[in-house]
Amino acid sequence: MLDGRSLVKRTAGLRLWLSAGWLTALVIGAVLAPWIAPQDPLMQDLFTSRLPPFWMDGAEPGYWLGTDSLGRDVLSRILYGGRVALIVALIAGTATALIGATLGLIAGYFRGWADLVISRLVDIWMAFPPVLFAILLIAVMGTGLTSVVIAIIVIDWTRFARVVRAEAMAQGAMDYVASAQVSGRGRMSTLLTEILPNVLSTITVLLTLEMGIAVIVEAILSFVNLSVSTDDPTWGGMIAEGRLSIHQAWWVLVFPLIALFLTVLSFSQLGEGLKDRFDPVLH
Amino acid sequence: MSFLKIRDLSVILRGTNHRLLRGVSLDVGATEVMGLVGESGAGKSMIGKAVLGILPRSAKIVSGSIELEGVDLLTLPPRQRRHMIGQKAALIPQDPLTALNPARRIGPQISDRLVDILGWVRARARARAEEILHDVHIPQPERVLRSYPHELSGGMRQRVLIASAFAAEPRLIVADEPTTALDVTVQKQILKLIFEMQARHGTALLFVTHDLGVVSKICQRLTVLYGGLVMEEAEVGAFFDTPTHPYSRALLAATPRHTDPTADLTPVPEAVIAEARRAVAEADQRWHA
Repeated sequence: MLDGRSLVKRTAGLRLWLSAGWLTALVIGAVLAPWIAPQDPLMQDLFTSRLPPFWMDGAEPGYWLGTDSLGRDVLSRILYGGRVALIVALIAGTATALIGATLGLIAGYFRGWADLVISRLVDIWMAFPPVLFAILLIAVMGTGLTSVVIAIIVIDWTRFARVVRAEAMAQGAMDYVASAQVSGRGRMSTLLTEILPNVLSTITVLLTLEMGIAVIVEAILSFVNLSVSTDDPTWGGMIAEGRLSIHQAWWVLVFPLIALFLTVLSFSQLGEGLKDRFDPVLH
Repeated sequence: MSFLKIRDLSVILRGTNHRLLRGVSLDVGATEVMGLVGESGAGKSMIGKAVLGILPRSAKIVSGSIELEGVDLLTLPPRQRRHMIGQKAALIPQDPLTALNPARRIGPQISDRLVDILGWVRARARARAEEILHDVHIPQPERVLRSYPHELSGGMRQRVLIASAFAAEPRLIVADEPTTALDVTVQKQILKLIFEMQARHGTALLFVTHDLGVVSKICQRLTVLYGGLVMEEAEVGAFFDTPTHPYSRALLAATPRHTDPTADLTPVPEAVIAEARRAVAEADQRWHA
């Protein structure tokens, strides 16, 4: 029988598998880039500049997605660019989640002074335009992977803090928390064993969303040339360069854009899919 | 000698001088069942919460004492107080839907208490959890221990909570309107179960309810509250024969009777409410003076 519920379940499963599939492929491609990339991503060759992708006239074998105006292979550059994107997603996403969720749990469960300080800090923080803030930070810290990661943590911890605080507050008012307290449990232990498991699914969803956002922020920063060194291929950098030759060689712009789009979409869908599948409360 | 002894307990709404409990005194004997009745907002649940140390943040105890076996809880440092309450008292909560952690299996939720309070090892606590589920007539306890709360019905969850409350052999149980959130057909079974367990374990029971019918059947004594003030405290037999306080009489007249379900109910008369209010105002005057 195909009722509404099973349909929802089925599409949820499909979306989990599609997003996990794309991300797995991306991870494999990025890790194995030195071995599987068809060309050296940095090698310039003006004789092979602006070659079109494989299905078009004038394509050359070995340059599957064409080349840019300096003759560098687009597919190879996407694979190497994926390394930067994934490293940033993983490190910045996880660190942001850890810091933001910890502050949110403390504010939402302990309330009082801790909440007052953290909430006001969040309010002030959110008044800054995030991308300008990031650019400003990097201008001060200098470019490089570490700076990008720090910038993302600094601008985005508030997202976790706010949502997790609200969740922790709602859970803290539940009777099971009172029951834990009656049985002599300390506040910290209650927070970790009773509240945290109920907030975990929210944190997971936010974490995957954050990974997607980290990829976007990294792309924006590399678009304006403020990410890693200009020698290393990045998706944002490729998009910036492709923009200049959009009429002569659209593929230089479009393929990294698709990679970026699919990656960000997959991260957000992965979170939702994981939640649907593993959250005991939803079953 | 009474097991729980509350003297002159006053609780205020934090940040105001409005009292939620107005100098309540109350005794519960070691194996006694004490009913705590009153309208909504009379402060009946507040007393139970004060005893268990789980008053909401907005409420604050300002005077009085709560003694468990002669030890005043309010003079103990927080850690010791929590420990003592954990060892001697337990709660059967009102709403079984929010009283079990939805993200954890039933088993650890019961055995955690035993590990926390009695310092047992996991295996022993788990065996005890299974045994106590059996005691509350849950079929296939080992399956229920592995379940998540949402996999159980409301009545089943309340059974689990009753089991959990009795598991560590507390001397006092606070039952906070334990059947209010349940289906009418399940209420009776759950009540029967609570009193079966109470009788078997010889536990003191503070039974918070607004159902005088239930009180008449199972409690030995009862306390009537209005506006956080004790109106009357009496033996149940005497109370239902000859309630002394006008408010109690009015409350009884407003209770439906099984013997004559079609009889008109008398609302509590204005004059009686006015008198109760006057008593509250007088108590406040004395307190503020």
